[in-house]
Amino acid sequence: MQIHNAIAHLTQHLVDRMGEKISSVSADESRGEFVINCTFSSLPEICGALFNNLHYSFATMIVEESLPIRYIFYGDGIVVHVLTTMSERDRTLPSLTGQFHAADWHEREAEDLWGINFKGHPRLGEFVLHEEWPDGVNPMRPSFDGHKPYPHRQIDSRWQPATILQAEGSFLMPIGPIFSDFAESAHFLLETVGEDVLHTIPRFFYKYRGVEKIAENKSVSDVLLLAERFAGTSAFAHSLAFCHAVERLCSISVPWRATALRIFLAELERIRHHVAGIAGICSSTGLAVATSQMSVLEEELLRLTCTLTGHRYFFGMNVIGGLPQDISDDAVKSAVMRLSQIVGELNLLFDMLKVSGSFLDRIEEVGIVTEEKARSLGLVGPIARASGVPIDLRTSLPYGGYATAPQLSVPQESEGDGYARLRVLMQEIESSGTIISRITAKMPDGPVKAGAIRFVSGSALGWSEAPLGASFHWIRIDKNGTVLRYRITPPSFTNWLGFHAAAENFAFQDFPIIMATFGLSNAECDR
Amino acid sequence: MSPWATKGMLSRVKTTHYPDRIDSSDGMTPGRPSDTALRNNVINFGCPTSAIEETASGVSVDFRRCVHCFHCARPADVALPWTTDYEWAKKINTTNSPWKENRLAFRHSISVLVVDSGDCGACLSELKQLSKPYYNFHRLGYFVTPTPRHADVLLVVGPVTDNMRLPLLRAYEGIPEPRKVVAIGACALMGGVFGPSFTSSAGVADLIPVNVEVAGCPPPPAAILHALNVATGRDQHTSEFEAKPTGLDHVGQ
Repeated sequence: MQIHNAIAHLTQHLVDRMGEKISSVSADESRGEFVINCTFSSLPEICGALFNNLHYSFATMIVEESLPIRYIFYGDGIVVHVLTTMSERDRTLPSLTGQFHAADWHEREAEDLWGINFKGHPRLGEFVLHEEWPDGVNPMRPSFDGHKPYPHRQIDSRWQPATILQAEGSFLMPIGPIFSDFAESAHFLLETVGEDVLHTIPRFFYKYRGVEKIAENKSVSDVLLLAERFAGTSAFAHSLAFCHAVERLCSISVPWRATALRIFLAELERIRHHVAGIAGICSSTGLAVATSQMSVLEEELLRLTCTLTGHRYFFGMNVIGGLPQDISDDAVKSAVMRLSQIVGELNLLFDMLKVSGSFLDRIEEVGIVTEEKARSLGLVGPIARASGVPIDLRTSLPYGGYATAPQLSVPQESEGDGYARLRVLMQEIESSGTIISRITAKMPDGPVKAGAIRFVSGSALGWSEAPLGASFHWIRIDKNGTVLRYRITPPSFTNWLGFHAAAENFAFQDFPIIMATFGLSNAECDR
Repeated sequence: MSPWATKGMLSRVKTTHYPDRIDSSDGMTPGRPSDTALRNNVINFGCPTSAIEETASGVSVDFRRCVHCFHCARPADVALPWTTDYEWAKKINTTNSPWKENRLAFRHSISVLVVDSGDCGACLSELKQLSKPYYNFHRLGYFVTPTPRHADVLLVVGPVTDNMRLPLLRAYEGIPEPRKVVAIGACALMGGVFGPSFTSSAGVADLIPVNVEVAGCPPPPAAILHALNVATGRDQHTSEFEAKPTGLDHVGQ
C-alpha cells in the first residue's frame, strides 16, 4: 500500500510536472522500483526536485561503460532510478553538486576513475588517485588492465592542497597519513591561525584497493569475499547487502530461519561495533577506566561471536541464499543470555558516563552538525540521527525480514553534537538488544539455505543498515554468475563528506574527539 | 574517590596468562585448517585463494594464503581438520632479509609503530585489543609510538596500497637499526583477497624486508602478541615459562 501511494505521489508531483523533460518512466510495484529516463540536460532539474522538493535521499551514482549513467534515490519505501546517457564523444555530464551536496564525492570519484567531466562542479581533480597517478589514466574504464601493478611514476611535485584561509600568520597543520596509535591511514590538513582551527581539509583514499575494479569478471562467490573483507569491522552488514542484491536479482527466497538468524547476527555486529565506537570516544577524552571497561566488553562480544559463528568478525557467515550452516537453538539461547548480561553491564557504564562531568564537558557542543547540513550533505546512520534526521533503512526501506520484524524504534536526537552522537549509539545498543531478544524468542524452524541457485543476467541493488549507516551494493552479473560491474556505497563514504561541517572553528584538542564521535572507517570509505 | 577509580579497582583481573601459559578460552581464535592425510573431496570445491593443495601424502594447507572463508570447514562432507591454536608467527630467513638474533638490543621495553597500509579494519581492531585489559601488552614491555624515530618494531597491516607505498617506505626508512618488521594478516603476507592488482601489491615483502610473518584473516590478538615475542627473541622458552610465571601479568590493568 505504501509503495502504491509513493509511486502515485511521485507520478503526480514529479512526472506530471516535468512533462516532456522526462523521456519515459516505468514502475515495478512488486519490487518497489521506479525508473525515470531523461536527457542529460534535464538531469539536474529532475534530481534536484527529487532531493530538495520531494525529500528523497540520494543513495549512489553508478557509471558503466557504454550504458546509461544511473542515479539512485530512495524514500517512502521505494527506490527511484534516474537514467541518463552522456555523449561518448566529450564524456560530459551536468554536475548535480549545485543542486545538493550529497552528489559531490560521487562526481569527484567518477571524474578520477572514469574520466567523466562534470560541468559546473566547483572542484574536480585529484581525489581517489594521488599525485603519483598521471592525468588521463582512469582505472575503472575497461581499457585499463586492473590485474597487473601499475608502473611507478614520477611524483607530481606541483601537488598542494586547495587552501581556503588567506590570513596573515595562518598555516596548515598536517596530520597523517601515519599518526597516533592504531589510527587508520588518512590525511587531515587543519587550517589554523594559532590555537583555533578554522577549517579541516581531509585527504582520503590512501587505502584505495580498487575493490570495484578487481571484482569485475569474478564469480559471485569470489566477490562475496571482497564484499565481506573491504570493511572487516562491519563485514556482516556489507556481505548481507551484497547477498540481498544477488537474491533480489535471481528471485531467491531465503528461508525464514536464515532471515531470523541474519537479523540476530546483524544486530549483534551493530552492538559490537557501537561498543568499540564508544570505547573510542572515552579514549579520545582520556577517560582511561571507561575505555578499559568498554574494551573488555568489546573483547567479550568478539569472543561470543567467535564461539557462535567460528570467526570473531562474522567472516564466511553469509552465502547467497542464506547461511552456510545452522546455529542450534541452544547456542542461540546461551549467546542471547550472555549478550543480555553484557548489555546490562553496558547500561551500568552508560549511567556512569552520563554523570561524569569532566567527560561531558569535552563532548558536549563539540563538532555540531545541524539538521539542515545533515540533510543537504545527505548524511546517514547514527550521525544523521543525532542531528534529527530519522533515516534508517531498517524502517524507511525495510529489507530481509525487518518489514515483518517486531516494531523497532529508531533512536533520534536533535542537538547534533558529540554527546548527541554518543547518546544515539547508547540507545541503539539497547534497541538492538531488544530486537535480538524478540527475534530469538521464537525462532522459526527449517533449513537455513535456499536450494540450487540459478543466476539471471541483469542488475540489482541490495542494501542494509550497517552499524555506521546505509550501505548500498549494486551489481550487474551475467547468467553464469560472473560479476560485470560492482558498485559499493558504504556509509563512511557518505558521511566523511560531512566531516568538514563538524570540524570547523574548533580548538586543536577537540580534533580527536570530533573524529571519535564520528567514528567512521577509512577502509570502508576508500574501498 | 572517583566512581571510575572505584569501578576499575572492583573489576576482576581479565588479563590473559599468555605467554606464560597457553590460554584456551572460548572465542580467542578462529583457528585454522590443518594438513591431513585424508583426501576427502577437498580438491573439488576449490579454495578461493588456492591455499589448499593436494600432495602425495594427502592435503596440505598453505596457511599464509588462508583468508578464513570457511569454505573448507563448513560443509560436513569435505571438512578439513581444524585446530584452535594461535601461535602462528614465523621467522623469515631469506637472502633478502636474513634473520638476525638481536636479543640484547630488544631486551628492554619495545616501542612499536603501527602502519596501516590498506587494512580492512579487522587487523587493526585486533591490534587495538592488545593495548586493552584482556591482552595488555604493556605488561610485557610493549608500547605504541606514533613516530618512526622512536620505534624498534614496525607492524604492518594491509596489502600495501599504491597510495600508502611511499608513506610506508618513509616510515621504514625513519626507523633506526636494529629494527624488526612484522607483517600481520593474509593481506600483508600475500595481498589477501585484494592483491596483487593495479593498486595493491602482493604483500609487504614486495616493498621492504619482512622479519616475522603472522598469518590469519585477521590473526587474533594472541597471535599478534606471539609475533611480537618472536620478533624480539622472547618466545623460545614458552615451555620454561610455564613453570616460572613472571608475576607481571596482573600489572597495568
